[in-house]
Amino acid sequence: MIISVASGKGGTGKTTIAVNLALSLGDVQFLDCDVEEPNAHIFLKPRLTDERRIFVPVPEIDESKCTYCGKCREVCAFNAIAVLGGTGPGGGSVLVFPHLCHGCGACSIFCPEKAIKEIGREIGMVESGIRDGMGFVHGRLNVGEAMSPPLIRKVKERADSARTVIIDAPPGISCPVITAVEGSDFCLLVTEPTPFGLNDLVLAAGMLRELKIPFAVAVNRDGIGDGKVDDYCAGEKIPILMRIPFSKEIAGAYSRGEPAVSLFPELAGQFRDLFSRIRTVSGSS
Amino acid sequence: MKKIAVVSGKGGTGKTVVAASFAALPGSKVMVDCDVDAADLHLLLHPEVKERHEFRGGSTAVIDRGLCRQCGKCSAVCRFKAVKSGPRVERFFCEGCGLCARLCPYGAISMGETVSGEWFVSDTRRGPFVHARLGVAQGNSGRLVAQIRRAAERIAAEEKLEYVVIDGPPGIGCPVIASLSGVDCALVVTEPTLSGLHDARRVMETAAHFAIPVKLAVNKYDLNPEMSGEIEDFCRENGIQFAGRISFDPAVVEALSAGQTIIDSGNRTVGDEIRKIWELLIR
Ligand code: SF4
Ligand code: SF4
Ligand code: SF4
Ligand code: SF4
Repeated sequence: MIISVASGKGGTGKTTIAVNLALSLGDVQFLDCDVEEPNAHIFLKPRLTDERRIFVPVPEIDESKCTYCGKCREVCAFNAIAVLGGTGPGGGSVLVFPHLCHGCGACSIFCPEKAIKEIGREIGMVESGIRDGMGFVHGRLNVGEAMSPPLIRKVKERADSARTVIIDAPPGISCPVITAVEGSDFCLLVTEPTPFGLNDLVLAAGMLRELKIPFAVAVNRDGIGDGKVDDYCAGEKIPILMRIPFSKEIAGAYSRGEPAVSLFPELAGQFRDLFSRIRTVSGSS
Repeated sequence: MKKIAVVSGKGGTGKTVVAASFAALPGSKVMVDCDVDAADLHLLLHPEVKERHEFRGGSTAVIDRGLCRQCGKCSAVCRFKAVKSGPRVERFFCEGCGLCARLCPYGAISMGETVSGEWFVSDTRRGPFVHARLGVAQGNSGRLVAQIRRAAERIAAEEKLEYVVIDGPPGIGCPVIASLSGVDCALVVTEPTLSGLHDARRVMETAAHFAIPVKLAVNKYDLNPEMSGEIEDFCRENGIQFAGRISFDPAVVEALSAGQTIIDSGNRTVGDEIRKIWELLIR
């Protein structure tokens, strides 16, 4: 079973819940798909045993073959290629803007002179390892790289279908989070009881409905703010599966990179209950 | 016109609360909410929408079932696994490259432009405000950010405003790069946690990669004064200007719940701390 933990708004406690759920269950595989800001390793402290550099294809032009016909520019939907005039070899120039390239392959397929070959451009790293019995994989996007989805797909390719997989998704409601949660059996949306938390929960719930992924809510920092998240969930019949009260002790442990269950072992039972509830509401018990 | 972006790396550090307070501080400005995925600034600025615009972020392949002969070419060529059995195009995964449409031997695929959000120009009592709503499960947030920034900068030029204040998204990817590109200064708002420092470093490296000057402030610094000290040391050692500390105060959430900026809620301590940061930014 694949459970992803997501939230529209960042900083609601997504990583806290994913990490503590994983530690409480023990025998799971943890995939940190927040490749822009991977944080789970700070808490899980896995022993990393493997590291792979991840590449995406970008075109490379062989100007000795190129006739500057402009076909590659015409087929590129992302303005990632510019062709500057000229006729015979060396008469003009072709510029590739790697950060705009989606690696779709259209330019190399359509170049009439077979002057384009694809080379790999590194966008980041996938690292994996173990912590006690738990499998751990995360991605790290290189600084300055714009597109995280190809790297997120590489992290997800490592999912072990024989185990319970917990995915820590990036925040938001657009491409990175969609790439991360796609294919999950269930998604737990973490929110906090503030107007920001509610606003972003509504957006994230809309996204999961579109993706047809069953979901429920966990309320973190319960007790701050107001009761409008509860009202919304009641009105929409979205189950609230867990509430974690605001506590300076938990916040303090978080700030030092210590998982809450290491400090308060009694919490592990609550996270195991959360898992049973997830199995019940997702119908996979 | 001076362009200032407020970013954080990690989400939930209080970036929007800080940006909204800047709106209420001296200086003529246009505010822009570039966190288009999870736009929250409007909850504190109470905009009155003056203009609405559709955002067309790209296109999606559409298969005409009447013309399709099930040859399987489209799903074989699509590198984004967007063509599912049927064949049917899953719009969440279609990047709109158009390759399938060009290669379909029966001309059964066309590319349709998608409306993937809306953006607004609004009035607030603090001045103009440009914001957006990304459609559910849509991509291309970087392009939407670029579009609303252009609109805001046009307004600032026309109305001769002193500042463009950008509330940026979390992370370091495409919408963050679009929020940072060409600004005069980025303020990183972080929190005194290991994750906060880790993520702030990554967004500061991203800013440095694009040669953008960075300043850093620690929010809720007293939740872990030691870690705050470490973050200050980190700034000193790396030549990053430390812009200030902001105290943890439950009244901040109360103000937020009441839809007020810290400045308007009359919170003197936190309000003065944010004011000092603003003064340093515009100096
Ligand atoms: S399509 Fe090929 S030949 Fe034509 S301009 Fe591009 S690289 Fe050169
Ligand atoms: S691979 Fe696709 S996106 Fe990249 S340059 Fe070629 S046509 Fe453009
Ligand atoms: S390539 Fe065209 S004809 Fe072939 S399966 Fe796809 S849509 Fe149908
Ligand atoms: S347009 Fe590109 S991404 Fe979309 S379905 Fe066709 S080949 Fe795939």
